[in-house]
Amino acid sequence: MREEIIVSGRMNPNIDPFLHIWHWQIPLYLFLGGLAAGILFFAALFYLRGKENEYRAAVKIAPMIVPVLLVLGLFALFLDLKHKAYFWQLYTVIRLQSPMGWGAWTLMIITPLAFIWAALHIKEVFPKWDWKYQWLKDLEMFFQKYKKVIAWLIAIYSVILGVYTGILFSAFNARPLWNTSILGPLFLVSGLSTGAATAILFSKNHEERKTFARIDLLLIAIELFLIVHMFMGFLASTQVQIDAANLFLGGPYTAPFWMLVVGMGLILPAILEALELIKFKIPVYIPAILVLFGGIMLRFIIAYAGQMSRWLY
Amino acid sequence: MRYAMAIDTRKCVGCSDCVVACQTENNVPIGYCRDWVVEVTDGTYPALELELRSERCNHCDNSPCVRCCPTGASHYEKGGVVIVTHNKCIGCGACISSCPYDARYTHPDGYVDKCTFCLHRLEKGLLPACVSTCPTKCMYFGDLDDPKSPVSVVLKNRKHKTLIPEAGTKPQLYFLI
Repeated sequence: MREEIIVSGRMNPNIDPFLHIWHWQIPLYLFLGGLAAGILFFAALFYLRGKENEYRAAVKIAPMIVPVLLVLGLFALFLDLKHKAYFWQLYTVIRLQSPMGWGAWTLMIITPLAFIWAALHIKEVFPKWDWKYQWLKDLEMFFQKYKKVIAWLIAIYSVILGVYTGILFSAFNARPLWNTSILGPLFLVSGLSTGAATAILFSKNHEERKTFARIDLLLIAIELFLIVHMFMGFLASTQVQIDAANLFLGGPYTAPFWMLVVGMGLILPAILEALELIKFKIPVYIPAILVLFGGIMLRFIIAYAGQMSRWLY
Repeated sequence: MRYAMAIDTRKCVGCSDCVVACQTENNVPIGYCRDWVVEVTDGTYPALELELRSERCNHCDNSPCVRCCPTGASHYEKGGVVIVTHNKCIGCGACISSCPYDARYTHPDGYVDKCTFCLHRLEKGLLPACVSTCPTKCMYFGDLDDPKSPVSVVLKNRKHKTLIPEAGTKPQLYFLI
């Protein structure tokens, strides 16, 4: 038997008995960032393939909400900071080793791009839209000329944004559950999947919905594959990572993770989308909302469970 | 120069004087502390073994907190001491999450705070407050690059360990066993 206690008293409720320094703001932001990355990636992809009219919802309608998502996400991040007045210090240095530094600069680049992309399509989505001032019209004309360059930048930076949401966690060696590089691809694929679900929600075109249902099915399959591999990696690793995996395999997060993320967020929507593709009539918004729900639960559960996992000494 | 600290777990009685000395010296807000005492009991009665450790920031050679800090507020000072510059810290909590020793906390004023090895005292040629206060003289401090410093001498002569070296942080807090 081994018992370890702090006898002097540490009295820091943020650290003892286990760390909970990051609350709802971080997982919410990671979800919004991943969703924005997913929507932007498909918008740029289908535009660059010259299919902007076949995939109107993905290229033109869904990106309208991306600036809102990013601003809400950034606001959540800002709320998380404890020394708020100094937030601008993020932009005084470039620190390649810090994932949060990467994230701050990526957001600095992709947020204006998201605004520009929405502005370039706003007239087609809202026909009555009018840029009140001449300089705004000129600005739109200017960006219209470079639309292809913007689309390429969006395609690249949306992938960086999607991967970064996972790398933010996986860079922390001190939290064994987070310390797996599979979180990068897992959060990217989950973000793309929520992006595809949003395209389905906004689309009124049957063909477009079918394409995105197929894409989403593939992404869900990849996600399940990555989750299985994540647990295989943990169970074959050190004791602390075995303990981290056991939070989900019998521990306190077993029911929430397997029911809310894997069951309701991945397998159920996959079955519904598959049934729909073989011509069963299922309202499309049900699987789409389930995928979004699964995406948000994945981030919350990984964020909270990760802070419970730690090194033993 | 490489500052390090060695703590004799056989001499430590767990009185917590080091904790109070630190809180007084560094004006640590009430309810927080930069160092703390851990009591480890191994075995079943009557075959018990006790270890007492005064713990604090390990001032690691490969500090995850310095690596993940997005603004460079967490940085190395001379002698490898890890320091947080208050007015560069944004309070994002990344360093707190990255520390396997849970050595950091958010100061009520918003920035992240932790043990500094009493750098302000070292600059005056004094020992850290905890070391100079210890009533059993179980703490040794000095420069590892100087073979005559108290810490180098004691590490040469005694068996010692560091905490979770497998985390790859290269901690500079040694425990004599």
